[in-house]
Amino acid sequence: MGFSFSKEGINNVFKEWSKDYIIYAPKRIIGGGAFSDTDSIRYEKIDTVDEIEFNVKSTFSFKEILLPISQTLFFFTEDEVKEADGPKKGAIIFLRSCDLHAVKRLDEIYLRNGFEDYYYKRIREKGKFILIGCKSAFENCFCVDMNTNKIDAYDASLEPTENGYVMDNKCQDWEELLLNNSLSQDEVNPSYVTETKIHVNIPEGLSIDIAKSKMWDEYDSRCINCGRCNFVCPTCTCFTMQDIFYTDNGKVGERRRVHASCMVDGYTDVAGGSSYRKNNGQRMRFKVLHKIYDYKKRFGYHMCVGCGRCDDICPEYISFSNCINKLEDAIKEVNGNE
Amino acid sequence: MNSNNEYIPFMSEIKEIIKHTEIEYTFRMTYDGEVKPGQFFEVSIPKFGEAPISVSGIQEGLIDLTIRKVGKVTNEIFEHYVGDKIFLRGPYGNGFDVDIYKNKELVVIAGGTGVSPVKGVIDYFSNNSKEVKNMTLIAGFKTPKDILFREDFKKWEENINIILTVDSLDGDEEGTYSVGLVTKYIPDLKFENIKEAVAIVVGPPAMMKFATQGLLDIGFLEENIWVSHERKMCCGIGKCGHCKIDDVYVCLDGPVFNYVKGKTFID
Ligand code: SF4
Ligand code: SF4
Ligand code: FES
Repeated sequence: MGFSFSKEGINNVFKEWSKDYIIYAPKRIIGGGAFSDTDSIRYEKIDTVDEIEFNVKSTFSFKEILLPISQTLFFFTEDEVKEADGPKKGAIIFLRSCDLHAVKRLDEIYLRNGFEDYYYKRIREKGKFILIGCKSAFENCFCVDMNTNKIDAYDASLEPTENGYVMDNKCQDWEELLLNNSLSQDEVNPSYVTETKIHVNIPEGLSIDIAKSKMWDEYDSRCINCGRCNFVCPTCTCFTMQDIFYTDNGKVGERRRVHASCMVDGYTDVAGGSSYRKNNGQRMRFKVLHKIYDYKKRFGYHMCVGCGRCDDICPEYISFSNCINKLEDAIKEVNGNE
Repeated sequence: MNSNNEYIPFMSEIKEIIKHTEIEYTFRMTYDGEVKPGQFFEVSIPKFGEAPISVSGIQEGLIDLTIRKVGKVTNEIFEHYVGDKIFLRGPYGNGFDVDIYKNKELVVIAGGTGVSPVKGVIDYFSNNSKEVKNMTLIAGFKTPKDILFREDFKKWEENINIILTVDSLDGDEEGTYSVGLVTKYIPDLKFENIKEAVAIVVGPPAMMKFATQGLLDIGFLEENIWVSHERKMCCGIGKCGHCKIDDVYVCLDGPVFNYVKGKTFID
């Protein structure tokens, strides 16, 4: 059912939700941006609706809530391990259509690909998603081409209007709370974009042979393998294990997993000293093909949701969408060489 | 503690340590449960981290882990003695399916530590030699002092054809070793019907490349060759992404692959 709220009304709802949930939403961090004098928009715990940044795309994605940047798996002594506790409260997460599509990608890896991930599942099970409608596309977005501009699978939606907020709710349990705090009940359809400035063309006939193309070479020098494109991506899911101990001589510590990037040195290091994909261009190839080729080969749909965050963040102005658009010519180049 | 939590390791006791070389020992560990040759365990040492190690032998209630001392985790494992307990998790990966090779002419080509993952298969057919038409093992090591599983070779010799070769004698003239790369012996292999013969190739990347090529050159079909890929592995359960090549997760779909798939891998 659809509702409209005054600011006070929706804040009352937030207050009620806070009893069982932590509410996470994109929030403006003044001066926290990648370039000087820019702000960054990051996911943080919020209490009131004013704290939500509705007008700008978030720099980092919601994924940090389901997959914390650094997550303790267990505590250890030399001969004993003790599992780390999970959060007591559930999580209400505000996010846009592309990001809600990204949740499906995280689920694919963490709930299905092989074993079920215990730590992901226990947060995910208690998660609710509130869709932020998009009135127009932001710079670098290409969601329409990736078919992620629209989604129905939300628990509720929320959008600011001229004098308040409107919501479409699908969660039965919330119906009464919302009724009691709303100004009126009317049909609400979340906004979505139908046009973006940026377009991508993912050519048919891609194969791993594209690794032989010269197109990757330009990234050898342009890319500085900082990994930011991976860290902001809502669908990047890699991690590395890390053991931390509390004192130098003590045997007590914890094992964590921390986000990892396939662009950064060390990702492919093997015990004994070797590593592969030493060139940044080949790392770019590995990343790009995962997003728009081999993930689909395995799971049936593309990994990339077209949020454009990788292009927003890159300090070297490397454009992922631009790279996709070079693939068609690269296929011709590789086929011509045969 | 939750049993669905794959990240939590369990305790296993070291029952025996077999020293092959200065830096390669087999740790015989307690383990109850299903396990296949070619599968791997994560040896998990708090404070030092985890290392994926293939199972190199399987007995009732016991598994062998042959470990090469090459990094901070494996160095630490070497600090342990019989009676000590260490943490493991697993087994992971697909492993070898011995049924595929039954009633066939089988060649196993293994180089160095590559013998470990395939050793369970060799043990099986050495103990049940009637289940293959015939079997040859070509095992290559750098020098005589790098040879692993000496005792096992003696046992195997009674049941299967063994070609044990070293790249160089390195001053050791006493033993009677064949000298040469594993590939040298491939053209001399004899088969009743090469189109139906099967092969397993495991070892360092360059050795695998030349050995599979050698087999194809004498008439082996690609689909009759299996390879095991030792990769960078971390979680072992399809989550961390480190082992991914193209659309394959080596920790889930491998490490054993039919060559038809394995030959397409680009790192
Ligand atoms: S593409 Fe850009 S953001 Fe990504 S690693 Fe290279 S320089 Fe960093
Ligand atoms: S690859 Fe770039 S555009 Fe695609 S989902 Fe990741 S950050 Fe967004
Ligand atoms: S080792 Fe982590 S996904 Fe395979």
